[in-house]
Parts: sequence; C-alpha cells; structure tokens
Amino acid sequence: MGEVAAGVEAVFREERGRLLAALVRRFGDLDLAEEVTSEAIEAALVHWPATGVPPVPGAWLMTTARRKAVDRLRRDQAYAARLAILQVEADRAGPVPAVEPGDDLPDERLRLFFTCAHPALAAEDRAALTLRCLAGLTTAEVARAFLVPAETMAKRITRAKKKIREARIPFRVPDADEWPERLPGILQVIYSIFTEGYAAVRRVDLAEEAIRLTRILRRLLPAEREVAGLLALMLLSHARRAARTGPDDVPVLLEEQDRSRWDRCLIEEGCALVPVALTGGPPGPYGVQAAIAALHDEAPDVAGTDWPQIVALYDVLLALTPSPVVALNRAAAVAMRDGPAAGLVLLDELAGEPLLRGYHPYPAARADLLHRLGRPAEAAAACREALGLAGTEPERALLRRRLRRIEQADA
Amino acid sequence: MKYMLLIIANAADGDGQAAGCTPEDWMAYDKQVRDAGIFVSGESLADLVTATTVRVGPDGRRTVTDGPFAETREVLGGFYVIDVPDLDAALDWAARCPGARDGSIVVRPVADFAG
Repeated sequence: MGEVAAGVEAVFREERGRLLAALVRRFGDLDLAEEVTSEAIEAALVHWPATGVPPVPGAWLMTTARRKAVDRLRRDQAYAARLAILQVEADRAGPVPAVEPGDDLPDERLRLFFTCAHPALAAEDRAALTLRCLAGLTTAEVARAFLVPAETMAKRITRAKKKIREARIPFRVPDADEWPERLPGILQVIYSIFTEGYAAVRRVDLAEEAIRLTRILRRLLPAEREVAGLLALMLLSHARRAARTGPDDVPVLLEEQDRSRWDRCLIEEGCALVPVALTGGPPGPYGVQAAIAALHDEAPDVAGTDWPQIVALYDVLLALTPSPVVALNRAAAVAMRDGPAAGLVLLDELAGEPLLRGYHPYPAARADLLHRLGRPAEAAAACREALGLAGTEPERALLRRRLRRIEQADA
Repeated sequence: MKYMLLIIANAADGDGQAAGCTPEDWMAYDKQVRDAGIFVSGESLADLVTATTVRVGPDGRRTVTDGPFAETREVLGGFYVIDVPDLDAALDWAARCPGARDGSIVVRPVADFAG
C-alpha cells in the first residue's frame, strides 16, 4: 500500500500538468480543467491503492477527468453553452489531437506555458500561474513559496484566471514570427522563479521547481538553444547551493566557498549543455551566462579561474543585454584579470548610474577593490555605504564581517 | 469576440491625433479594419482588471502591460470595437493602429451578457 501510494504521488507529480494542459485544450476553460483534474486525481487515490496503478496512468486520468467534465456540463447547461462557443473558436485553431487507446496523453503543455507567461498578465501572476498549472503546486504552496498569505495568493490567481477567461487569452503556441518576442517571456518567468528561490536560502523548493519546469520545456523544445542555456545556467548555479551559505544563512563569497561541496553531478550536466546552447547560431544571454557559470564551476579555485575567458564572455553578454549590473560584474572580472586598479577605473565609470543607486553590490565591489589596493579608509566608507543599502540580515552580516576585516588590516 | 481598442493620446496633443501619424495613416488603418471584416462599433466595457495596454516604442518594439490602474493625464482620442477570435488577434490589430506609436492603445473585451 505504501509503495502504491508513493507510485501514485510520483505519477501525479509528472502527470498533473500534462493532464491539466490536455483538458484545457479539450474544453478551452482553465477552471473546468483544474476542477476535473483534481477530481480525477482524487478518484485515483481511492481506486489505485486497491487495484494497483494502471498500465497507462495518464490515459486513465484523462478518461476519468473527461467523464467528470461531461457530468459537470450536464448539470450546468448555461456553462456548457458558453463552453460550446469557446470550443467552436478553439477548433478554428486546429483539430484536437485524438488520444489513441493504450497511448498516453497528448502533450499540450507548451500552449499552457505560453498562456501562463502571456505578457498581458502581471509579471507576479505569470510566475504564480506557471507554478500552479505546470509545476502542479497548490495555491497554498505557491503562497508559502512567495511568503504571502494564502488568501492573497488565492485572490491573485483568481484575478489572473478571470483575465484569461474574460479577455480570452488564447491557449495557443504563437506563430514562428512571434517566438523571438514570446519565448523569452516564458524563460524570464522561470528564471524569476529560480532567482526567488535563490535569494531566500531556505526556499530551495522554488529553485528546484524552476529546474523541473525547464526540464519539461527542454523536452518540449529540444531545438531551442536558450532553453538549454537557461537549464545549464540554473544547474550550474544550483550546484553551489550547499557551499553558498554558512551558519545563519550568511552568504559565502565565491572565492571563500568550499568547492568540494559543489554538486559534481549538476556541474557535469550543466557543462554538457553549454556547447548545445552556444553552437548553431548567435549566442543568447542565458547561454552566455551559463558559459560564465561553467568556467567558475570547473575552476579549482579563484586563482585557477579562466578570467580572460570570463571577461570575454561578459563582453558578449554586455553587447546582448546592455545593463549596468552586467557592467559591474564585468568590472569585477577585469579586476581579477588585470588587477584591482583596472577594475576600480571601470567601477568608477559606473558612478551615477541610476540603476546602481541603492544597489548594495556596487559599493561592496568598490570596497573590495579599494581594500585590495591598500586604501582602507575609502574601503571602509564604501563598505559602510553597502551596509546601509543591504536588504536582508544575512547580507548585512556578511558586510559587517568584511568591514571588520578592512578595519583590522588598517590597524 | 468583441474588443474595444481605446486609443489614448498623450496629453500634450489634446486633439487625439498622435504626433507623427498622418491622417493617411489613420485612413489606411481604418480601411484595413473594415476590409478584414472585423469592424463593429461601440459597446459597454468589461471589468477593468481584464484590460491590457500596448505601447510601440520608437524602435518598433511592442510592449504589452496589465492595466491601467493608476491615474493618468492621458486623453482618450478615439476607439474601435472589433470582432476577432482572441486577445492575441486583438493585440495585433492594436499594435498596427497608428495611435500606438505615439500614445498607446488599451484593449478591453466587451462584456458579453448573452452567454
């Protein structure tokens, strides 16, 4: 029984999103699809422990869900009439692929990815919907992940679904000419989920959900190099999770991390994806960032890191996505290649950038270079400036430690 | 499905005519809407939360955002009601509207009380 229950859980983790997407495609309505997806899963929880997991669980769930939907539509004629109109419109977009007997579900998740990441939805709603519909998280789980009350998240999701329904955001894969505009939208939603998990140390879940979502997307779009790039970037960053923080969640700088604690399996998988992301066309920003992460992950230590190559990659990244934050990271890499004085010149050129005002890593990077140049008074001042801007207690703890080190060197 | 395209001009150009758009641009667009067989008329509007905003920058790139919810000093210069299959089609027509280049177009589904 315990074994079957575990099997049931595993099936649902994998099949929930697929089932939901197939039902949305079938009925053109997210609410109905969610309702009958849950009912089908409840039915499975009742039947499967007694009968065992069926040979094609996805098809079993789909058949059950469709039967529940037909019941629901019989009970509510007005709803059925509205859905019929929707379905006529949906059918114009192409025939519904048939589910062959004995075959598993058709995979319609790509449509659902595009709907959940639609630019007409608010950015925060896109991440919540993607987690709910494609990662299969409950509303309560999504709320916990974003540290908001469950009612707040429920309202947000209801509002987003109302917009999809009433403004009729379509469940469709955009035409090829729209891809350059729309695919980055999906990747951005997933990456925002990842960085949200990355920022708050204890919420590893979100980073792993983001990786799982990207794995799904990669199976759906094996030829899209930026999907490979995003997956590589996240794997190569996530590989350092065990070494990235010390006691009390205080962040550990890259140069001080215990590299023996980095996850070699993830590094290997990520590194293998980098050439996939970077060959066969012009590089994309995720592929380039993944290549930078791979150089860090493969280096034995800071001194043995290929800084000339990292600077060259930052040059490419800066051309692709000009931003002062990228320029700041590039300056730090130049400081490693050419020495702190060269890095400081570049950092000082960024002074007055509106986007860096209030961004604590900027004065923190200046503090580091001034310290290495033997200018302790200026280093301490920059470090105090960073302390005043840092948003979280672990970040401030790290800066206080660096400030003490600067002051000790001065004494 | 019917959508109202609210053509919002910048306050600086209060007559609703977007600067940089000639009457010929508007006439060409109007002809396109009619020739496509999607032209309807005015209707009442659905809940504000269903609204979406499109802006087209000087480089021709389109930005689509949720809203508007903040007070603005922008002026409604005119509108279209069109009948198209879904929001993506409506956004495409909005992006082609000359008013999107200098001002913006708010796309709002028309409330359907029949369904």
